[in-house]
Amino acid sequence: MIPAIARDRPIPMSRTVRKARGTAFILLAILATSLGMVALAALLLDVLRDGIGVLSLEFINSFPHYQAEKAGAKSALAGTLWVMSLTAVFAMVAGVGAAIYLEEFAVRNWFTRIVEININNLAGVPSVVYGLLGLAIFVYWMGLGRSVLAGALTLALLILPIIVVAAREGLRSVPPTIREAAMALGSTRWQAVRFQVLPAAMPTILTGFILALARAVGETAPLIAIGAFTTVLFVPTTPTDSFTVLPVQIYSWISKPLPEFRENAAAGIIVLLVVLMLMNAVAITLRNIYSRRSRW
Amino acid sequence: MVTENFLNLPQTTTAEAAVEPARDATPESVIDVRELQAYYGENRALKDISLSLYSRRVSAIIGPSGCGKSTLVRCLNRMHEMSSGGHVKGEVLYQGENIYGAGVDPVELRSRIGMVFQKPNPFPKSIFENVAFGLKVNGISGNTSERVERSLRRAALWDEVKDRLKQSALQLSGGQQQRLCIARALAVEPEVILMDEPCSALDPMATLAVEELIRELSQEVTIIIVTHNMQQAARVSHHTAFLMMDQDKAGYLVEYGPTSEVFTNPKSEHTEAYITGRFS
Repeated sequence: MIPAIARDRPIPMSRTVRKARGTAFILLAILATSLGMVALAALLLDVLRDGIGVLSLEFINSFPHYQAEKAGAKSALAGTLWVMSLTAVFAMVAGVGAAIYLEEFAVRNWFTRIVEININNLAGVPSVVYGLLGLAIFVYWMGLGRSVLAGALTLALLILPIIVVAAREGLRSVPPTIREAAMALGSTRWQAVRFQVLPAAMPTILTGFILALARAVGETAPLIAIGAFTTVLFVPTTPTDSFTVLPVQIYSWISKPLPEFRENAAAGIIVLLVVLMLMNAVAITLRNIYSRRSRW
Repeated sequence: MVTENFLNLPQTTTAEAAVEPARDATPESVIDVRELQAYYGENRALKDISLSLYSRRVSAIIGPSGCGKSTLVRCLNRMHEMSSGGHVKGEVLYQGENIYGAGVDPVELRSRIGMVFQKPNPFPKSIFENVAFGLKVNGISGNTSERVERSLRRAALWDEVKDRLKQSALQLSGGQQQRLCIARALAVEPEVILMDEPCSALDPMATLAVEELIRELSQEVTIIIVTHNMQQAARVSHHTAFLMMDQDKAGYLVEYGPTSEVFTNPKSEHTEAYITGRFS
């Protein structure tokens, strides 16, 4: 006779089955991870094989040329560095500023809710639409022309929502007790944010910033839309100069019929990846400086 | 009526607490709460609270959970209005001036009425920066390290941290962190310190250290402490306020008086029931 309690209980899965399920799940997770790794490795190998022969100091130090062996990425690299530095500044200031306002100061009402929904929607807008917006507003209406500044502002708009969302997440992860502690000592709300909340949120904000910049550095469509030139035979020296960037240069090389230019494109991709990694290294170093003190 | 030692209190400390009020015969009131009502949005959390809190005394606020003890102390430095929907009616006079009056800057008020919270909440920065923060935001210049040292000494923490002021405050133990929070509050030299269950997250030894510190500090600072621990109230306070919830879940003041009287000869049967542990 089985006691009543035991009869009502579901029959427990045998330990072997449970362990097997656990193992299966781990294998699935490893498979999922290695898919990404394999794809990345294949991409890198392919690009390295094609491009490493062309890659040299000369390649980095030469302007575009109609002969593939004389062409280089100097103007594109300079343009990318110019545009990315300005984009980083614009997007960081506007994005973190907006996040601080929404998270720390704004009263929750229908207006802030509409702003929130719109920021989230903006993150899903195709990048070429930002290009057209940049063309209309920055290039024509503000009269900036096809300049570094217009390109940087367009890319800043593009990554703004990512930074706002990441920064709000970072600010929200700071316990409210930190704000209360600061306010209870007689600090103003701004002092509490400036000296305690923002530094504590910085690691998360910088992580979002890295992702956002990585997205911006590879963008081609919006910059073509605002008219980044494909052949630029000078290095921009002021923000109002015209420019090209690495992705646009790579795109232009790939679309040329001569196969030699494909090697140039591969070399250009390597340069782009190095730029991306250097940018990430800077951001990660900054993040480590902020999060060196152990967290709560 | 209640017997003398119903809580099995250590006799020495109750005796001390009972003897101490003889320091000056007529205590001077520093905060007068007048018919205070506190709300969260539509919900009233406190109803008709009136009491006077005395200068350089320890006043304990006790009562069952949810009765508005924390809300009451947060009304005293206008932290209550930081909670969503938090607002009050009535008056709180601090040194004769209504802190809810027009033209009172809550930021300035909070630098004169310090606060220590339930859970130790040091900033994720160095020990030194924690104590110096209040000086920085209040624009107190002058010898910062001297002030930091003095505050840490007053909080009985100096000897434990003097060799590692640059280390993160989060590496300290819970009890040390709470004393650091007290030092941080002391650095701006407030006249009153509000403590919202300062020992509830601490172990018994750390609790004793903080209680010792409270007794020490009450020589020069007014301390108002919320506690759910009646023995603690009996050990550290000169006056005790007992709060309860009415049917509308609003807290009201049942009884307020010298701690020795509230605990040995309570006027209200509710107080007696609460302190003898018949409900909590």
